[in-house]
Amino acid sequence: MAERLLMMALSPTMSEGTIVKWKVAEGSAFAAGSVLCEVETDKASMDYEATKDAVLLKILLPEGGKASVGDPIAVIGKAGEDPGPLAAAAPGIASRPPAAAAPGPVPVLPRAPSFAPEPSAPIAPPRVPTAAAEGMKRPSAPSSFPPSSPLARALARELGVDLRSARGSGPGGRVVERDVRALAELGPQAARGAAAATGPRATAPDQAADRRVPVTGKRAVIARRLSESFFVAPHYYLKRRVDAGPVMALRATANAGRQKPISLNAFLIKLSAEAIVRHPYVNSTWEGATILERSSIDIGLAVDLPDGLITPVVRDCARKGVAAIDEELSALIAKARERGLAPSEYEGPGFTISNLGSFGVEEFTAIINPPGSAILALGAAVAEPFVRDDGTVGVRRAMALTLGCDHRVIDGAAGARFLATLVSLIEEPGKALL
Amino acid sequence: MAVITYREALNRALDEEMARDARVFLMGEEVGEYDGAYKVSKGLLSKYGADRVRDTPIAELGFTGAGVGAAIAGLRPVVEWMTHNFALLAVDQVVNEAAKMRYMSGGQLSVPIVFRGPNGPAEYLGSQHSQALASLWTHVPGLKVLAPATPADAYGLLKSAIRDDDPVVFLENELMYATKGEVAEQEFLIPMGKASTARPGKDVTIVSFSRPLLAALEAAESLAAKGIEAEVLDLRSLRPLDEDALYESVGRTGRCVVVDESWPVASVGSHVAYLVSRECFDFLDAPVALVSGEDIPMPYNHALELAAQPSAAKIERAVLRALYREE
Repeated sequence: MAERLLMMALSPTMSEGTIVKWKVAEGSAFAAGSVLCEVETDKASMDYEATKDAVLLKILLPEGGKASVGDPIAVIGKAGEDPGPLAAAAPGIASRPPAAAAPGPVPVLPRAPSFAPEPSAPIAPPRVPTAAAEGMKRPSAPSSFPPSSPLARALARELGVDLRSARGSGPGGRVVERDVRALAELGPQAARGAAAATGPRATAPDQAADRRVPVTGKRAVIARRLSESFFVAPHYYLKRRVDAGPVMALRATANAGRQKPISLNAFLIKLSAEAIVRHPYVNSTWEGATILERSSIDIGLAVDLPDGLITPVVRDCARKGVAAIDEELSALIAKARERGLAPSEYEGPGFTISNLGSFGVEEFTAIINPPGSAILALGAAVAEPFVRDDGTVGVRRAMALTLGCDHRVIDGAAGARFLATLVSLIEEPGKALL
Repeated sequence: MAVITYREALNRALDEEMARDARVFLMGEEVGEYDGAYKVSKGLLSKYGADRVRDTPIAELGFTGAGVGAAIAGLRPVVEWMTHNFALLAVDQVVNEAAKMRYMSGGQLSVPIVFRGPNGPAEYLGSQHSQALASLWTHVPGLKVLAPATPADAYGLLKSAIRDDDPVVFLENELMYATKGEVAEQEFLIPMGKASTARPGKDVTIVSFSRPLLAALEAAESLAAKGIEAEVLDLRSLRPLDEDALYESVGRTGRCVVVDESWPVASVGSHVAYLVSRECFDFLDAPVALVSGEDIPMPYNHALELAAQPSAAKIERAVLRALYREE
């Protein structure tokens, strides 16, 4: 029976593709695994491989034509079969926005890690020993995603390696453990290169050439999520300066006699949670048709790591004391540095804090960390003169708070109310008990 | 620690268990006057008398059934089959009677019996006498199946088998009877259901049992010269199977080669490969390999006979393939 051949997502990020060349003529038979056409995706030219033996009855999308993923590009079937209405029902190709491109199941590649970035050049399909030569029967993989061993996949996830930039050395181009390890070794080099740029000049003259470093999976995730947040969520920023003296004094008192001092961040997480309790709309997520108001106050803290930042999340901060928050936070940070966090340990914060005070940054703006709708940027606590209510001048330790909000969820006045509460809690932490 | 043969280890286990428990007796073809077709029962007739070491007619179904009856009645028989090939005549007694009795009597009856004898190809014996039948027995719930590869395991496992309250099929091997190994002079038991690490390693797990284990060890030695550290896991007990040991080892090495001299279809080896593929999926860097006997009746021609069985060279090739180091 004749059926439509749909434009396939030849990469995880592809939303539409252009036919560069049809490799099979109308009326010709083709075999599973053979190349039907060449498709230009967002960044590369890929082979579109047949998944079954059939005959190309009718080409719906000519060379140069553009189609969204899921749109029909041809009709296939048995020799001599009439494509019938299937051929007539060619859609408004290329006029359709990518978001609407899902008529029926979209043939997205199975198991393709969603974070994998597009390779900068087409991957040459590996033509090493074939499955037949190995005496094995197995399904053919789509051409943009090389076969890989389960261990290689698990390791790639762990090391933040994009499997598709690996060159598979196994049979049929299978990416195996050693290929992933070889690729992972490029990562630290990249990190070293970045450090050298800011530190003392260490580049030898013969190494002065430009280098193209593969984007690690983690870097790709950071890039995608923050771009999405910054370009989609309408950000605005509210700034307040706060007297950090009282909370620092409270911290000093609390830490007296403690072997391991509680961090200032733990106090600020707790006080933020208390401010959220008083303004729960801050702890919510824009979902398009609905707004998710979260029951648990889960706060993330941006942590700097050599291979890119990560945001461990302390769950349910409203119900936890400062010491418990601090203990959890330091365990998460240690784990993030040693071997990486499990998704459950960094996913889904409703509110995030980023503190660049230790770098001497006095104030800055941060990009909202989805799925939250607000982020608090903390600057360094610095001594500054200030005018008291009675007109005299004093010196205080002041800190700049910059609250970034998603205007779709939090209006300006609502954000300001939350920030006012947070300021008053930081300046008079005792109020948190009320 | 004494170095003794596999045959002597079995003899010592039988002797000790017969001395320990008057209900234990041995019966089978040539076990008495002839001291056993392979001399496993040497000296037992003169020591324990004809009541407890009984020569039987060449009638496997009959004497195996008599053994099952004696076990139900309260004795602890050890039935020797001259080979497992001949035991095919007695399958009904083992599968339909011994393996079912506890279940079908609602736990009222138990069958504490050991069926033992050589299994697997020896040499120059032809198709009918060169079969590895471990899979056949292991298929059956209600049976326990043991396949030791060393004298110490043969000794410790046979003692455990005799003391067990359920039917145990015990697989020996003609070509292993003369192999030697250390066996502690002090009495010991080896529990059923525990695999042993015959050689530690980190690059690949070779899983085997019975005689092919020796080929696996030989392959591991040769691989070591190539810088590959193969771990060799000896299952010893096929049912119950030590799954934890399998997963622990393959979880570490990420590669698994199963060696089983049985035919490859629906075998212990293919079952182990399935379990490893299922449970260790995320840790595997290569498909689980199975080195088996060829899927044919055993040829009589000696060159073909050897070629039809797993060998150190075949195991080594499978390991190199699993490591993607095949030339």
